[in-house]
Amino acid sequence: MVVFVVTHALGDPARLMLPLEATEEEVDAFRHAMGFDDPLYEQFFRFAKGAIRGDFGDSLWQRVPALSLVIERMPASFLLSLTAIVLAIGISIPLGIFASLRPRSLLDQFCTALSLTGICVPAFWLGIMLIILFAVKYRLFYTSGYGTWRHLVLPAIALAALPLGRITQIVRSSMMDELHRQYIKTARGKGLAERTVILRHALKNAAIPIVTLAAWELTRMLAGYTVMVEAVFAWPGFGLLAVQAIERHDLPVIQADVFVVALIVVVMNISIDLLYGSLDPRVRIRG
Amino acid sequence: MANSAMEALTGEVALTWQDRFPFLQGMARFLRDLIGDKMALIGAIIVLLVILSAITAPYIAPYDPTTQDIRNRLQPPTWSSATGAQVHLLGTDQLGRDLLSRIIHGGRVSLAVALTVTAVAGGFGIFWGLVSGYFGGRVDDIIMRIVDVQTAFPGLLLAMAIITMIGPNIQNIIIVLSINGWMVYARIARGIMLALREMEYMQAARAIGCGHLRMIFRHALPNMVSPLITLATLEMARIILAEASLSFLGMGIQPPQASWGLMVAEGHKYITVAWWVIAFPGLAIAITVFGVNLVAAWLRTVTDPEQRIKRIAGVSGAS
Repeated sequence: MVVFVVTHALGDPARLMLPLEATEEEVDAFRHAMGFDDPLYEQFFRFAKGAIRGDFGDSLWQRVPALSLVIERMPASFLLSLTAIVLAIGISIPLGIFASLRPRSLLDQFCTALSLTGICVPAFWLGIMLIILFAVKYRLFYTSGYGTWRHLVLPAIALAALPLGRITQIVRSSMMDELHRQYIKTARGKGLAERTVILRHALKNAAIPIVTLAAWELTRMLAGYTVMVEAVFAWPGFGLLAVQAIERHDLPVIQADVFVVALIVVVMNISIDLLYGSLDPRVRIRG
Repeated sequence: MANSAMEALTGEVALTWQDRFPFLQGMARFLRDLIGDKMALIGAIIVLLVILSAITAPYIAPYDPTTQDIRNRLQPPTWSSATGAQVHLLGTDQLGRDLLSRIIHGGRVSLAVALTVTAVAGGFGIFWGLVSGYFGGRVDDIIMRIVDVQTAFPGLLLAMAIITMIGPNIQNIIIVLSINGWMVYARIARGIMLALREMEYMQAARAIGCGHLRMIFRHALPNMVSPLITLATLEMARIILAEASLSFLGMGIQPPQASWGLMVAEGHKYITVAWWVIAFPGLAIAITVFGVNLVAAWLRTVTDPEQRIKRIAGVSGAS
């Protein structure tokens, strides 16, 4: 519904979609053909009926159903987001653990610096800098496009920087909290190997905030944060599709895109809630 | 009655300057804390420098930010004027405009947008959060459902869609980013309000007949100022990035105005020949956000008594 309000109430869709030099008669004819001259509630009814069936109308630019265009782009966005989040988790967990074991050590300071950099640097700029360094100067990876792993590396790094920074910080702080607890002393007192104490006892208990944050970061990426990186690397995901659709004033595609992304966010949020249950027995009490 | 009691008290006790000027004492402690914390000091200096340069931009910028000089386009950064030519510390862009001047002027836009959005979104969000937490019941349900629904929406995509419909300019960016950012304030304000509502002083105020407005703004609001300020600072960092992102995609500040995000976008085409056109505006964004984040982190530790004790005692995470 929000999508409808935004796209219909805030401007004249017919005017926006036609070129500037269109005459008044042409605008009227187009308006009629698209049904924009019907009363608003009738348009909304039609829109809602279509949206439930997944029908947003045809793309004005390519004359194919808008929803299929969006779905076509989904694998690319999913691939990029998943790679980035795996990369971020894979680096931040060991880094955060080591930092929490030796607070104020050189490694800890490096860790803090790295995560702060990740948080502060805009992803689109990092992407371009990576291109300049690794694609233009050293020609190790491709500047843009989609296909091989050499296309994937740079956008994934650019996208992973922010979650990497945030997750490292949360791993570090929640590990530090856990390592000061009594049960850790008990575990060490029992004579367990340090490895076991850290990985099996402390990390397992610190997992809840870490998993929550990681899942939230993934949701955020899929909810449109990939747009910047996709635009920089011409990565054909639904973020790039949204930018293109907006540039062409392709209303059905914008609606379908926002709708699909909102759906993904809802599904992700439900999965996160379900995930809690399996991680934290306390949530399960009355299931 | 309360007044006469106060008079009796002040008549007998000799006042120190701290008692006379609680505000000054607060400031003194504030400054001592700031200087004691190295990272916070760095952050504060960065933020101050950015603010100062934004305010005085027309006076300190070496060139006019929009004057073109096609003959000297895409000049690399130079630090000496050995060639006798005009010195461009950070080089020039694709139209021969001085990068340093454009960055200084771009900072004005970023800060203006960030401050306005924080004020608008913060004011709106805090108000509805207070109302929601104070009245509870159905009011609370309705407001929080709206917050939930809007949080579930893909904020950035929605912002882009709205911008396309209403046209990209500064006012619209502020509107869109405010629409996007008020929910978090509402949530926090409501959460604190729920806790405050049960406190005895609030019930006492209620009992002596304070109206709803007085209860909310005179008794509850002042007690949540510090967490809200911390939140607002963090949000400001986020908004600077969001504005840069929108401008980068061409849906924010429009040329020939200077904005850091827009400058990166303009330089994107010259990626193979002129790295400086892209690198410096991006660095400006990163450094500003860095400074704001440091200040926010410091505000959190200073205003949260629990964190403060931890810091002074030099231990973290007591069992």
